[in-house]
Amino acid sequence: MLLIDCPHCGPRAEPEFQYGGEAHIARPGDPSALSDEAWATHLFFRSNSRGLHAERWRHSHGCGRYFNAVRDTVTDRFACTYPTGTPRPDIADKPGETR
Amino acid sequence: MAGHFSALSLLRQATGGHRRWTAQWRDAAPAADYDVVIVGGGGHGLAAAYYLAKEHGVHRVAVLEKGWIGGGNTGRNTTIIRSNYLWDESAALYDHALKLWEGLSREINYNVMFSPRGVMMLAHTQHDVQVFQRHIHANRQNGVDNEWLTPREAQRFCPPLSIASDSRYPVLGAALQRRGGTARHDAVAWGYARAASERGVDIIQNCAVTGIRRGPDGAVQGVETTRGFIAARKIGVSAAGATSTVMQMAAVRMPLESYPLQALVSEPVKPVMPCVVMSNTVHAYISQSDKGELVIGSGTDQYVSYSQRGGLQAVAHAVEAVCELFPTFSRLRMMRSWAGTVDVTPDRSPIIGTTPVPGLFVNAGWGTGGFKATPGSGHVFAWTIARGTPHPIAAPFSLDRFRTGRLIDEAAAAAVAH
Ligand SMILES: Cc1cc2nc3c(=O)[nH]c(=O)nc-3n(C[C@H](O)[C@H](O)[C@H](O)COP(=O)(O)OP(=O)(O)OC[C@H]3O[C@@H](n4cnc5c(N)ncnc54)[C@H](O)[C@@H]3O)c2cc1C
Ligand SMILES: [Zn+2]
Repeated sequence: MLLIDCPHCGPRAEPEFQYGGEAHIARPGDPSALSDEAWATHLFFRSNSRGLHAERWRHSHGCGRYFNAVRDTVTDRFACTYPTGTPRPDIADKPGETR
Repeated sequence: MAGHFSALSLLRQATGGHRRWTAQWRDAAPAADYDVVIVGGGGHGLAAAYYLAKEHGVHRVAVLEKGWIGGGNTGRNTTIIRSNYLWDESAALYDHALKLWEGLSREINYNVMFSPRGVMMLAHTQHDVQVFQRHIHANRQNGVDNEWLTPREAQRFCPPLSIASDSRYPVLGAALQRRGGTARHDAVAWGYARAASERGVDIIQNCAVTGIRRGPDGAVQGVETTRGFIAARKIGVSAAGATSTVMQMAAVRMPLESYPLQALVSEPVKPVMPCVVMSNTVHAYISQSDKGELVIGSGTDQYVSYSQRGGLQAVAHAVEAVCELFPTFSRLRMMRSWAGTVDVTPDRSPIIGTTPVPGLFVNAGWGTGGFKATPGSGHVFAWTIARGTPHPIAAPFSLDRFRTGRLIDEAAAAAVAH
């Protein structure tokens, strides 16, 4: 079970949270101008990173707010959490330590 | 090398004190080049190698496995086999597999312990009832057996099942596929490995693929591995949860996400469960192994992960559901739990076929329910690799469907797992 540090409420157990998928996937600005490839990429293709992964979480049984996190998908350890709307913090993948 | 298994050979070994058994397949070292390299020594990859050698006359084949064969999801799954999927494309694919299961032990001369004991899927809400009945009708149209049982009939088929009307999610009925059942997961990997090896396929363990080399025309030339470069004219990727990572080596992005999926077993007891019971609504999947352990599957954890471990709450959730459906099992102790990494597609259907890279083929996205498809998947993937064009059954499952929008949405049939 993950221990997740909500930026608004502090560390809480995973069952209080709902995973919201990969973070920083922007909705297309002009949908009708999009090619089929671009639609497919937007809707279906994800980085599925092995290593650091930026993702959304919602503290659904707490403050109810969405926030972002960077987590290592090999160790499941969180590198950081940060509010939505802010860019992904510049944290380097450290393969030696995490794999 | 390994010799043919028969009643006589077993008897001979028994009287000889079982001292003359030999290795069942060659643990090969990599050669310099192959016609086809399969990445991933799970059931799907091994089956593909076997059918390449047997049905397409391609003998210079290597299966590269980073750990040991069957050590991935093949050896971690709850072995539920059924083919009652909703759409025509899926019914064709999964029933192709089920028909191969029915003759598999004989085909590969290895007892995979296929046991068609019946798979019963429980309906707990009006929505479930309607969805299952729709499935039953769709399946009948496709010649796939699936029948509706009343709660009482369900209990007669599976006596330990509680159909109490005061439970949180009472059983309102069930869909039963009698041809469904289970098989021995390890035996599937070992049996295909042995049969493929006998036909000249090199099974290479402890050999992780770390890169895919491509020529100036973009076509594949071979793979970089932890045991050196291995040249190949064609590469078939069958790496389950690791597929995105492997395909990335050829700069191909996949519509996949990898999640932990857990299972657990109880202490062994006398036969109590005559069939397989699944409940997608309350997240419980249960059968009894021939050793006597109750084998229980849970739902996936919610986040992307390659850790091969999940949270206890997912397991607890499955166990709570099992205890409600089978009150007598509440006193059993659970012995072990574990997780695999399952590769999930947006429409819960697999991806089998060609890729934008010449010579590179992929068979993935089986997610939480690909064990049941092992023989059929390997069979159509071998055809696809050998001819360079998708097998008719595999054709609808192209990578391109995410661009064209021709999805095969099995979210209801596959639900969350198995
Ligand atoms: C807990 C659990 C329960 C399940 N229950 C069911 C069920 O009841 N019924 C059902 O039908 N399905 C079930 N499934 C799903 C099923 O297990 C899989 O869909 C199926 O086994 C996939 O087979 P595979 O051969 O493609 O994958 P795997 O057996 O995972 O084989 C892939 C192999 O690729 C290797 N590999 C990865 N990367 C590399 C690399 N870079 N180089 C070399 N080798 C590499 C891995 O080590 C692995 O051995 C379950 C899965 C899990 C985890
Ligand atoms: Zn919060």
